[in-house]
Amino acid sequence: MRIDLEARPSRSLALDIGAPIVALIAAILLGGLVVWLMGKSPTRAFSVYFIEPLLEGWSLQELAVKACPLVLIAIGLSFCFRANLWNIGAEGQFVIGGLVGGWLAIATHDGAYQSVIGGWWILPAMLVLGTLAGALYAMIPALLRVWLGVSEILTSLMLVYVAELILDYLSRGPLRDPKGFNFPQSVTFDDVAHLPYLAEGDRLHAGVILAVLAVLIAAFIFSRTLFGFEVRLVGDAPRAARFAGFSDRWLTIAVFAISGGLAGLAGICEVAGQIGQLQPTISPGYGFTAIIVAFLGRLSPFGILIAGLVLALTYIGGESAQVALKLPNDMTRAFQGLLLMCVLIADAATRYRIRFRLGALA
Amino acid sequence: MSRLNLKLALLSAIAFGMATGAMAAEKLKVGFVYVGPVGDFGYSYQHDQGRQAMQKALGDAVETTFLENVPEADSERSIEQLARSGHKLIFTTSFGFMEPTLKVAKKFPKINFEHATGYKRAANVATYSARFHEGRYVIGQIAGKMTKSNIIGYVASFPIPEVVSGINAFLLGAQSVNPNVKIKIVWANTWFDPGKEADATKALLAQGADIITQHTDSAAPLQEAEKAGKFGFGQASDMIRFAPKAQLTAIVDDWSGYYIERVKAELAGTWKSGDTWGGIGAHMVNLAPFTNMPDDLKKMAEQTEADIASGKLNPFKCPIMDQTGKPVDCKGGTALSDEQVLGMNWYVKGIDDSLPK
Repeated sequence: MRIDLEARPSRSLALDIGAPIVALIAAILLGGLVVWLMGKSPTRAFSVYFIEPLLEGWSLQELAVKACPLVLIAIGLSFCFRANLWNIGAEGQFVIGGLVGGWLAIATHDGAYQSVIGGWWILPAMLVLGTLAGALYAMIPALLRVWLGVSEILTSLMLVYVAELILDYLSRGPLRDPKGFNFPQSVTFDDVAHLPYLAEGDRLHAGVILAVLAVLIAAFIFSRTLFGFEVRLVGDAPRAARFAGFSDRWLTIAVFAISGGLAGLAGICEVAGQIGQLQPTISPGYGFTAIIVAFLGRLSPFGILIAGLVLALTYIGGESAQVALKLPNDMTRAFQGLLLMCVLIADAATRYRIRFRLGALA
Repeated sequence: MSRLNLKLALLSAIAFGMATGAMAAEKLKVGFVYVGPVGDFGYSYQHDQGRQAMQKALGDAVETTFLENVPEADSERSIEQLARSGHKLIFTTSFGFMEPTLKVAKKFPKINFEHATGYKRAANVATYSARFHEGRYVIGQIAGKMTKSNIIGYVASFPIPEVVSGINAFLLGAQSVNPNVKIKIVWANTWFDPGKEADATKALLAQGADIITQHTDSAAPLQEAEKAGKFGFGQASDMIRFAPKAQLTAIVDDWSGYYIERVKAELAGTWKSGDTWGGIGAHMVNLAPFTNMPDDLKKMAEQTEADIASGKLNPFKCPIMDQTGKPVDCKGGTALSDEQVLGMNWYVKGIDDSLPK
């Protein structure tokens, strides 16, 4: 017997919307089974994981804070992925953005360079620097691809490690707090270099607004602009795009700049909004998790927003489960993996029909 | 099965609005935040052993919770989650949790916090650490005697003062019995990554090292030493079961005494912020049984351990030469001060490596 995947002739909207929902339910059921096998109550776990974090003000804030970098990066990635370009290095662009933006905060620490015009300009300048740095860092794989045809998957991925080592070196060396007993941390940022908080509790920072803005702007670009059309066309039908006169070289550079810029912005938002200083690692892997978010959200801006929130929920719910149910942390990770697998399977099922054929192979 | 049911019953009782709150006198909830998995059989494992010992010693008076594998850059929420779920004393056990701990502590002035290996304190934030370098001096002596190639491999994590002072103490110990000894250092740039640690060890063995020392948390370096028929030391925890033929001894972090003492103080209402830095003498640093070595060497190691415990021997007694051979300023003392050790970012003479400046 052999199994074939046959492309479905047309895709229905109902399937497109229904598939991720079915996938989510399947993942929850499978996760519940594992919890049950571990001797805990699946209903209680479900409530701790998915319901309780949504009932309290502070955990809702945390949800937004955690989703913020994921959404910002994933929105950028959706430009690349839609154009069939594979920027796997958002993590590196995130780190470089946080580093370069954070550098300004350290350089202006304690009122330096502020005697004449004050400190109002520091935070906006940090955001701009972070975004630019991320975009420029993404230019390396983009230009290598355009000029030399080097696979952007490899170069962007390997540049992640370069970025991490640069940050590691600088936060242990030149940028470290001179009064910090040689511990690998910078000074903590002054208030003028810190993103303002939007709510009581000092967690919900203004970066969240930028994430929502990014979603809205991306939705506008994809649905209403020629550029958005071009990105989709180059991805779906590169030959047709070339006949239409679109330059895929220029487009490669543009989508990498957008994607790197948003990852850099996410980096500086995380550093200036959440961490408040530079340290050897500033990301628990947001740049990679965002790839999952982008695909969970089916590369659509609003889908990404929802997917980012769902993934953030699994992190926060996973911690609640550790506290309330004493479930191991590995459970959270296993569940995230499960979720992605279910979505990918559902995705394949909406695009392809599975055919079982009996008999000898041709 | 009945225990499981009891647990479920308790959990649902908590779930349904603390209906049984009056059942027992309120338990003190104590939280722990670990940077690694409790199954690392190294640093976080040892903190968890301390938690379990404390739970056992204080029984029904306390309830403990831990969060494992918490990334340092994203730890504020995790710490706050413990603070919000009724924990009155919270131990955050890695250096990178310092600023997040202070931020959460500011928001919850009635909750007490304890941060391991940091230096910033507040009225409700105490700090604690162990003089790991004392143990390193002892294993340095053993390595100096045991080596035949006179090359010792050192798998290090990150060049922070704790690790640098460990390297220095180790070499001073080795030099005290063997002036020809050399150490080769590989920075693995991780606390816990068995694959990387094993690769680093293989590289060191290939360069002729016959003793492996590690300041990373997995048992991988020791296991590699065992495979190659060489020797090594356990880190943070007694790792003899991973390398019965290779482990000479292990530096064992023992937090149980400290945790019991601090939780007792919290229960009695006498908890105060402060800094604790205990070593072999205070039983915060222990050495696992000396194995796989001749008896006279065992005696020497036991003597050194006892001398450090009694204060007769200080691993950083003056004079100490820095890498260039210049004597280090002891500021009038007979040994380096605690501040000098806690902020150490220079090597002693004889180390062929350079630190990132």
